[in-house]
Amino acid sequence: MAAILDASQVTMDFGGLRAVNNADVHIDQGEIVALIGPNGAGKTTFFNVITGVYKPTTGDVRITAPGKETESITGLKPNKITEKGLARTFQNIRLFQNMTVLENVMIGRHCRMKAGIAGAVFRDRKTREEEEQVVADSYAILKKIGLETFVNELAKNLPYGAQRRLEIARAMATEPFLLLLDEPAAGMNPHETRELDEMILKIRATEKISILLIEHDMSLVMSISDRIYVMDYGLLIAEGQPKEVRANPAVIKAYLGEEFNA
Amino acid sequence: MVTLKQIRNSVLIALWMMILTFPIMVIKVNTIENIVIWRWMNLLYIGVGTVILSIFWFFLINRRKLEPEERKRSFALKGKIETLKGVLAKPVVQKPLYAALLVIIIIFPFVSSLYQTGIMITALMYVILGLGLNIVVGLGGLLHLGYAAFYAVGAYTYALLHRYLGLSFWVCLPIGALSAMLLGILVGLPVLRLRGDYLAIVTLAFGEIVRILLENLSQYTGGPAGISGIPRPSFFGIKMSLSTAMNYTYFLTFALVLFTIFVVRRLEHSRLGRSWVAMREDEVASEAMGIDITRAKLSSFALGALWAGLAGVFFSAKTTFVNPASFTLWESVIILCVVVLGGIGSIKGVVLGAIVIILLPEYLRAFSQYRMLFFGLILVMMMIFRPGGFIPAKRRVYTFDKAQLEESD
Amino acid sequence: MDLDYFFQLFLGGMTRGSIYALIALGYTMVYGIIKLINFAHGEIYMIGAFTALIIVGALGMTGLNPVLIFLIAGVIAVLTSAGYGVTIERIAYKPLRNAPRLSALISAIGMSLFLQNYVLLAQTSNFLPFPTLIPEFKFLANAGGIISSTQIIILATTALVMVVLTLLIKFTRIGKAMRATSQDRQMAQLVGIGINKVIAFTFVIGSFTAALGGVLICSHIGQINFYIGFIAGIKAFVAAVLGGIGSIPGAVLGSFVLGLTESFGTGYISSDYEDVFAFLFLVLILTIRPSGILGREKKAKV
Ligand SMILES: Nc1ncnc2c1ncn2[C@@H]1O[C@H](COP(=O)(O)OP(=O)(O)OP(=O)(O)O)[C@@H](O)[C@H]1O
Ligand SMILES: [Mg+2]
Repeated sequence: MAAILDASQVTMDFGGLRAVNNADVHIDQGEIVALIGPNGAGKTTFFNVITGVYKPTTGDVRITAPGKETESITGLKPNKITEKGLARTFQNIRLFQNMTVLENVMIGRHCRMKAGIAGAVFRDRKTREEEEQVVADSYAILKKIGLETFVNELAKNLPYGAQRRLEIARAMATEPFLLLLDEPAAGMNPHETRELDEMILKIRATEKISILLIEHDMSLVMSISDRIYVMDYGLLIAEGQPKEVRANPAVIKAYLGEEFNA
Repeated sequence: MVTLKQIRNSVLIALWMMILTFPIMVIKVNTIENIVIWRWMNLLYIGVGTVILSIFWFFLINRRKLEPEERKRSFALKGKIETLKGVLAKPVVQKPLYAALLVIIIIFPFVSSLYQTGIMITALMYVILGLGLNIVVGLGGLLHLGYAAFYAVGAYTYALLHRYLGLSFWVCLPIGALSAMLLGILVGLPVLRLRGDYLAIVTLAFGEIVRILLENLSQYTGGPAGISGIPRPSFFGIKMSLSTAMNYTYFLTFALVLFTIFVVRRLEHSRLGRSWVAMREDEVASEAMGIDITRAKLSSFALGALWAGLAGVFFSAKTTFVNPASFTLWESVIILCVVVLGGIGSIKGVVLGAIVIILLPEYLRAFSQYRMLFFGLILVMMMIFRPGGFIPAKRRVYTFDKAQLEESD
Repeated sequence: MDLDYFFQLFLGGMTRGSIYALIALGYTMVYGIIKLINFAHGEIYMIGAFTALIIVGALGMTGLNPVLIFLIAGVIAVLTSAGYGVTIERIAYKPLRNAPRLSALISAIGMSLFLQNYVLLAQTSNFLPFPTLIPEFKFLANAGGIISSTQIIILATTALVMVVLTLLIKFTRIGKAMRATSQDRQMAQLVGIGINKVIAFTFVIGSFTAALGGVLICSHIGQINFYIGFIAGIKAFVAAVLGGIGSIPGAVLGSFVLGLTESFGTGYISSDYEDVFAFLFLVLILTIRPSGILGREKKAKV
């Protein structure tokens, strides 16, 4: 079976800076894959390229949604890519601050809804039913993520950890087959991180969603990933199972700098 | 509540202001007749005025710093207002209240003078304009400084179609609205990809272009003098006296207000409305959540224009005369102020905003000279001390009954 | 084509452009640093012009040398306006530094309205003539009316201001602090730059140049009223956006482009549409280059 995500030779330049350099990444159905690397390595930029925020300077990103043909998503607009089944969270939380928690998730359902202007104004039966369904679905998702107590709270009033989880809930509402999480544990305490760990595994198990994860918390990465890519200065310097990567001298060097060898 | 240091600062500020405003406040020259008048008393006024204003300012600043809880305690009156709000929010109270309001609105034109009715129609028109612009600015977060242009399109559509083709109000109403919307789409397509401030200046430019064209295409539009003799709305061709016609216009405008509120409320909590708000909150995130930004922008821009067009046709019909001077940048700015002062994104707020902004200056005629001055000052102070407007927007609260809660388990 | 006429239009455009540039500098610098369209900026220009007129009027009786009067009036006007600039920043913008952009913009609009009416009430709504104080240079006698001495002064002053400003921003401490602040305010704060001082200084410089423009223009056009700041402000803002807002060379370039477009547009096509040319040009440029002529399209970091 083809990989659900296949990014080949992706390069992204910002002026003179090559943020991502010829990266090849693929993800198979049901995998949890981590992308790690020191600060400024280009991980987020790689996410941005895959999700259509930036158009890659060169390279191609192809996806194979379950039960669909392989297709290229290079250069598509972000909303199109989301429609095709990729959803993401942001490293710097980007919730809709002045909307409620429930509404944030309802926005995630947007691309799976149909109502237009006429529906909104006349509120015909189909639209009403769709609205009700969306509210119910969104509530169900919040419940899964454990945020149901906050339903009507404004997103900006949530505690930090809950905001991170809301980002995941919102992304899941788009019905993705691949979820891209950008440092989901950043700013969480160890307890919250452990819960997150379980949550990610549960998402994969129950929703059949594959996951690509950027994370600095190594214990989280090592415990849940099937495979790890290591990026440094835009280049992928290693790839493999957690124990292989942990033992890889190039990785250790990238993380600890030159003096480690001395 | 105001510290001694702040009072001392107020005096220093006053001194600074006295120096700063000296040339403009004290000396008055008339270079035509070569007269110079020295108004020393003004210096005193500025000094005293500044001390009072700045103490008041410090008072507000101190209050803003207090936590909301403390603020409530520090202010017995405020507490009472809160309780009053609580009581007013109850449906048992609200229904009769709205009914009473409706009765007042219905009786109003019969007990007031023609002039008063005219002002009220104007206020209602600004409610419509405010609600329309609210779609663009309040919900969509697009900074639109050329709204008056679409208002003008509506107004001139009726004026011109009547003048050249003799079309009636009722025929022109949809045409005016649609042409404003069409123009909105045409303009929106190229400019909506611009970032916030660029969008502001381009919409401003566009507004000015429309106004100048109206002024200069005088062979069609009558130039600066405009077009007069536009008929008021007709009612199955029945001849009406002036006061009946005014009352009729009043009720029509009120009906349009109700219709607008109805539509905007529905839009607000629909799939489309949510996408506007999401776009306002964070464009990148909303795109990543599958919202087509171009579509969201264009639809809010076009719908905003549609309402401006509607209001424009009503404007022509009410004043029976249009000229470009009614559609200056200041017009756009005033409509924007209606939205912002009332409460961005809040329907009740916008309604209140329109009424305050239009009626207050009318009834403060005695101060008419100073009204624009105060208007400016109030804008500044509102932004600093009550940025959410008179009635800040609230998000909808969804309730879940027991059955639903269990079902989703 | 009549060459004289062409030159006349060209120089007229350059003069216009100079005034726009002097105002646009303030817009662009303020925008660069606090990302605010300072709507009240045009009013500073107007206040500069008015103050100059008032001082000229008051000194007119004294029988001083006209050129000296003009200089004194200019200095006082420019200093007063700089005072207005910082005061406005303190009152209307500083409390809103962390508020949504729209709030600050509305506050600026309020300020603009306030200042216009302040001058209107304290002075008059009529146009006041500005006495001719600058004598015609002798050597212009056979230039055939292509250019006036005031125009020469305007062009020269603008050039001088540009040079000084460039040096100031490139080489002085405060100039470097300004550049740092406009790049990344938080970071600048972290490395110990006094943001308040930098912002205040920006307003001083911006108001200073705008008022200079005001003083120069009223001696060129010869009459002013309380409303002149509005349209000039808008045009200058258009110029700043045209060039790429936040960029100082952009503002200057945009101003000259705008001045010339208007001058040639009115000269060769029709004077009724003076403002339309400016605005149409703006829409056109921004449609092709969404960040202005010299503005660099930045990919927002996500
Ligand atoms: N929009 C942009 N414009 C210019 N440079 C950018 C942009 N986005 C990222 N960069 C640069 O690209 C490089 C990679 O950044 P990126 O955010 O992808 O790193 P990262 O691996 O996610 O780091 P971190 O772990 O700190 O999040 C950095 O040097 C960054 O400054
Ligand atoms: Mg990152």
